[in-house]
Parts: sequence; C-alpha cells; structure tokens
Amino acid sequence: MGEKKKKIVKTIKVDVDKCNGCRACEVVCSAFHATPKYGSNNPERSRIRVIRDPLKDIYIPVYAGEYTPSECMGRDKYTIDGKEYDECAFCRASCPSRDLFKEPDSGLPLKCDMCEDDPPQEEPLCVQWCLNDALTYEEREEEEEEEEKPEDLEIGLESLVDKYGLDKIMDTVARMSQKD
Amino acid sequence: MRYAETGFNLEVDLSRGNIERVETDPRETELYLGGLGTNAKILWDRVPPEVEPFSPDNLLIFSAGLLCGTPAVGCNRTIVSTISPQTLLMAYSMMGGFWAPELKYAGYDKVIIRGKSPNLVYLWIYNDKVEIRDASHLKGKGAIETAELIKEELKEPKAQVSAIGLAGENRVYFASIEQGRSSASRGGIGAVMGDKGLKAIAVRGTKDINSARPVEFMELCNEVLEYIKVRAENPIKGVPPILAGLGSPQEMAIHDEEWHTTNFAWGNARYRKKDYWTEEVEKKWTESLENVRERFVSCYNCPMKCGATVSVPGISTYMMKCYSKLTYTMASMTDLDFGFKIAQRATEYGVDAFSTPQTMAFALELYEAGILTDQDMDGMPSDNEGRFYWLLDRIVRREGIGDVLANGTYWAAQQIGKGAEAYAHNNIKKHEQLPLKLGMLNPVYFLMYCTGEKINITQIEGQFPQAPYPKREQREEFVKDWFQVPDEKFKQYFLDWELRGENSNPYYPTVKMSCDIVDWQEKMHYIDDALGMCAGLSSFPLKPPYHIHNYPKFISSGAGIDMDEDKLTHAAKRYRTLVRAVNIRRGMRRKDEKPPEDHWKKRFPELEAELLDEYYKFKGWNNQGIPTKEALHELGLDYVSEDFLQRGILTDNEGTPSKETSAEKEKK
Repeated sequence: MGEKKKKIVKTIKVDVDKCNGCRACEVVCSAFHATPKYGSNNPERSRIRVIRDPLKDIYIPVYAGEYTPSECMGRDKYTIDGKEYDECAFCRASCPSRDLFKEPDSGLPLKCDMCEDDPPQEEPLCVQWCLNDALTYEEREEEEEEEEKPEDLEIGLESLVDKYGLDKIMDTVARMSQKD
Repeated sequence: MRYAETGFNLEVDLSRGNIERVETDPRETELYLGGLGTNAKILWDRVPPEVEPFSPDNLLIFSAGLLCGTPAVGCNRTIVSTISPQTLLMAYSMMGGFWAPELKYAGYDKVIIRGKSPNLVYLWIYNDKVEIRDASHLKGKGAIETAELIKEELKEPKAQVSAIGLAGENRVYFASIEQGRSSASRGGIGAVMGDKGLKAIAVRGTKDINSARPVEFMELCNEVLEYIKVRAENPIKGVPPILAGLGSPQEMAIHDEEWHTTNFAWGNARYRKKDYWTEEVEKKWTESLENVRERFVSCYNCPMKCGATVSVPGISTYMMKCYSKLTYTMASMTDLDFGFKIAQRATEYGVDAFSTPQTMAFALELYEAGILTDQDMDGMPSDNEGRFYWLLDRIVRREGIGDVLANGTYWAAQQIGKGAEAYAHNNIKKHEQLPLKLGMLNPVYFLMYCTGEKINITQIEGQFPQAPYPKREQREEFVKDWFQVPDEKFKQYFLDWELRGENSNPYYPTVKMSCDIVDWQEKMHYIDDALGMCAGLSSFPLKPPYHIHNYPKFISSGAGIDMDEDKLTHAAKRYRTLVRAVNIRRGMRRKDEKPPEDHWKKRFPELEAELLDEYYKFKGWNNQGIPTKEALHELGLDYVSEDFLQRGILTDNEGTPSKETSAEKEKK
C-alpha cells in the first residue's frame, strides 16, 4: 500500500440522449492511437464504441475498460424507459464473451487512456470531436491511496499468458530473441 | 502503399456466381479521383451504348468516395452508378449513411456487379470473405426489414446493409436502394439491382485506411469542425430558415415551412398555395413533427443531424431526411400526418420520394380528366389518402394500372396516350423534377436545369444565392466573409444583382456571368461526388466548410496525390466531361436539354438559346452539347473523341450534324 496522494479524476460524461450515432468518436480515437499518430483509421481499433440500434433508438457510447480473462458468472440485461438493451451493453470490459475492444489482428485488449499525449490534450479527442455534446469532459481532484498500476505491456502480456499459458509465451519470447 | 483508397475493387458476376478482388491502377485515381469519377470511367469502358439498362451486361457500381473512411468529416457517401431504365442515360444516385466507410474498412473501394442471378440473392462482404447468399426468404420484404433480418441471420449487428424493397424487385423505374437513414433514390437504380436478382449488399470491415500526411490531414479536419461551429452560430441572413445553415435542408428540425409550402407546387406539380401557411397550420404541423420524431440522427462521422428516427404510432419505425417530409404531403394535398404515414410504407417498398408522389398525383389527374377510367382504377377507394395508398401498392407490385405507372410519368403517358402526355409536364430527360413553378426566368437556373446530368436541381445548385438580396448593404454584408469563392469576381456578380431594374433576371446575371456561376456550382458537386463528401457540408449550402481552396490540401495530405486548385479543377472537368460522353454516346443532345416547359411563366427563347450556346462553348462542347475533339484532347480524353468519330457522333468537320444513335429512338 502506498501513501495518500492527490489524484486527478478524469471523467467523460456521456449523455446518451444527445448522441446522434455518427461515430466521430470512434474515428478520431482510432486515428489518434494509430502508429504513426493519425496515420490510419479503423473504428474496430477504437477505445470507444457506440452501441447502436437505430430502429430501437439505442445509442450508447461505451469506453474500453479493463481486460478480463474470464467472463462474468452471469450476464446482465437492462431495460430502461421500455427500451431493452443488449446483454452487457454498458460493460466496458474487454472480455472473452464478445468481440468488443480487441485489436482486430492480434485480439489484444484495448483500453481507453484518455488520450495521453505530449503536450497533453485539453480534452480526450472523442470529446473534442463530439460537437453535439453527448460526450463532455470533467476533471476533479481526489485524495486516494496510491497503488501500482500495470502498464500497457504488462496488461497485454497478461492476456497472452491467459490465452496460451506462461510456458508457451516464455518459449516464444526466447525463440524470437534468438532470431535477432 | 495506397492512401485514402484501398486500391482494390470487388468484381461480382451474378450470372456465373464469380467473385474477384481486383487491384486498381493508381494512375486512374490521379486522373478521375474516385467515386463518380472512376465509376464514369468504368461505365465508359465497359458498358457500350447498345447495352440496355436491364441487360446482364449493364453494370451496377457501388462506390465509396476517395476520402470515405478517412477522418474527413462528413465524407461518407456511396455513389451508385448504372444505366437508368427511366432516362436510358447514366444514373449516379448517391447515399450517405454508413455503408461506404464500412466497405473501405473491408478493403474495397467499389463493388462492381454484372450479370443476373437466376434466384434472389444477397452479397455478404466481411473483409476477405465474400459470399453470394440465398435471399429467397427475403423476397417481398421491406428494404429496412431486410436489413434487420440480414444482420440477425448473420449475427452481425455492426454490418451495414443496402437493400431494395418490393419496388426494386419488380423493376419499378423509380425504385430506390435504401440504407437505414439514407437512400440512393433517383433514376431507378433500385430497379437495376432488382433486375440483377440482388436483394441486398451487407458489409462489415475491420481493416485500416491510411492517410499520406496524417498530421496535416487532421489539422484540416479540425479546421472543418471549427468552421462548422462558427456557421452554427452564424446562420446566413436574408434566406429562408431552411437555407440558412449547413447540412442538407434541416427538414427534421425546422417547423417554419412557409417557404416550401407557399413557393413549391402541390398536387401533380400544379398548384401554388400562396396563403397556405398560417399560425394555425404552423401549430398543427409543429405538433405532427414533434409527435413522431424520436431522435435526430447523423451519418457516419458527421456532426450534422439531418435525419431523424420517425415513429408513427401503429406502424414500424423508420428514418427520414430532407424533403421527403413534404413531397407526399404536397402531392396528395393532405397534411403532414399523412405524409409521415405513407413515407414509412414508401421507404419499406423502396421508392424515390420525388418521382413516386408525383406519379400518383399524375394518375389522379388523368382519372379526373377521364383519361384513366373507372375500369383502369378498379378497386380504388374514394378518399384521398386511401387513393394514394392504393396507387402505391399497385405501382410497387406492378398490378393493373400500377404496371404502367411504375414506369414513371413520361413512359406511362406514352403508353396511356389520349393526351396523357400533357400531364407528364414536370420532367427533364424523362425524369420527374422538384415540383416548382415560378414566374420570371432565372438564367443561372435555366442553365442548371438544362445541363445538369444528375437531372436533379439540388445536385448542381448551391454556392451562389438563389435570389438577389433587396438592399446593397445586405449584399455587402454577405460578401464580407465569403472566402469560398474561387475568384473575387463572384462577389461583384452578387453585389450588382438587383431584384428589379436593369441588373435583374432574366438579363442579369449576364450570359457570361451565368456560365461562370453554373460552372462553379457544378464543379463543387462533381468534386464532392468523387471524394464521397456530403453536399450538405460542401456544394449544397452557402458558405460551406469544404471549398475549392481547402479541397486540394485534403486530397494531397489524405490520398498522397499532389493537388492544387488548377489540377483539381482540371480533374473534375475531365470526369464531368466523361459523364457527358457516356450520355452523348447514348443519344443525349441539345434537344433534351430543357427545363419543363411550364417551369417559368415568362420565357425568353432568344436569350435561352444564347445562354445554351455560350455555356456549351464555355464547356468545350459544340452546339449540340457534344464535347469537341479539342476539348477532349485537352482533358486527356482522346479515347472518347476516337469513339465519337468512329460512331459518327463527331465528324472531322464539326459543322455537320451528328447522326442519330440507337438509344435516341423511342423505346419499343
């Protein structure tokens, strides 16, 4: 356990009533996270997806959250104002139960990083591109216990270990390093 | 690496069930950009004029625009091109929505359909996996219903589906292709799809689209977004509310419909109701719209919200945009409630919202005049609304009189005879037009009606105000921030344009000015249609975020093609001329280039002839509207003039009249 530390909590407020389903958030997110930056575009790589079912008037922008190696024990299904949402519609997890928030080639999990950038962006790009204010941004300061956060590489490796087992990953890494 | 485009087309032969992925030549992109430009090239190369619209050799091309799938804001159009069964000319109807970017992400710029399937099928494209699938269970299903059923059976809610309804299956000459909130409606391209036995194309893609100079490209996109905000806060003054903002006309949002309801014609493009719009009507119409509109909806990557989900109690939900809100209402002389109801059925059937209501109103006029009889109309209800439903149902099934009406007013009148031709009074090149009847000839609009090859006024107008502003101060105010003009002279043209007196219609704008104005307006549409950009952010509204000054930068940094204003203007002229060449080869001539005779009350035959003469010259066309050998050479289109010479369309001596081609003769 670390000591108490001041922390900025970054919140994207999602107003689903204002979403018109254009998916500009997906476009700019995937462009920002491309290598080189903005070099390509592909909503499938976006860390925000709009769950849409236009004829049922369903539009939910959902952000990629934590990777999880296993599904929940059960699934949830919401009905709000008479509208029935898909299973796990509001869930942010990159999870084996669905194809959301995975790199299309590797299957590696994606996670929203609030557009960390140098120099820092004023707001995450999805918010900047949402002219209808379905997405707005807020920061506030909070005090909390600090804990070590696994880095991107570690999250990726963990998911590969879950998929193939640690031994196989070690073997592969060893073999790849010999090639060089 | 190819930038912005994928560099691959999908060639599908439905007769043989063959599918091929074909690499395209990047030099063609440089010459014709993409979308409409490269479509025109393919139709020129592969569909000779002997090929009938319903021949297996006719091609149906679904194309994404060059910049679709990049972050270019509002760039999402699918350009569908084929030979129209109604006009017998090239049709290039377009739709927004989500289909074109999805096709790009699947790895293709175009889907080129040829042949005919013996059974009803649909195409399923998922990246490299492409299948022709049985659609017999979808026969007769609505276009929107079909899309939902396909997504369900594929278990692919993220797939984007373009589909036809019953009208397309039955080859109605004004059948559309529907895609959720959007549709490619004009020219009967849905009938060609139905003729090919193709019910739908579903697509899903998960690949990347690359930009050549990404940081520069994103800066341009951000500038567009910033300017959209500026325009939202600064609507254009001095024009009807419907024309003041960006996007396609904001029919789903705006309640003030005075301009449309009192200026446009009701019934079969017949009656002006100059006193129609009252407080009482406005209150009722506001309620009608508010009651059924569930949400504003956008197309892919666009902050505008031109469409809406419409839910009328008791019938299934659908999506609507633009002027279809009014066409059924005004043709049937009813009210907005009925308009919303019948538009739902029409959308599922998949029909064009200009031609369809007009054809029905035309039929009722013929019935009132005794040209169509009780026998023809056997079973038609007596109430007005009932009659429109009845006619719509007959037309899309081609039952009884519906089989005749399904060919549109021009061909139906030919078939009915007995003076019916006079009632098909609102066509250009056999195609139903916006229901508009005005007083004084407007020289700019005269040229656009005559020569617009989309054969739809909204697809050529836009950059220059439709009417003069009454006061000079207002005009000075207007030109202050008008940076979109390609040349400063356009500001002067507008400044000097008066409502009355010497500098007013029809002799002002002068012939020369009219040529300049039409050419500029048309050019912007042609650029949009190659790039896949929505006209609503570009060529249609006044003072748009995309214009001739920033487009070359978008193309250079996005597609990696060196571009400047001159080169872009030249490219647009090249494929615009190629569209004309396709039509000229199919028999289109000067005599076809005229507005509906009753469009204006006051006509000026001498001036009109001069306008057309000078505009043809300006464009490099001879007095028959045929591109000249020299003009074609300058555009690198020598292959067109060789073909023209061979067919006797052009002769080495340009003074001699060209001979009639097969497509020009009346259809059997």
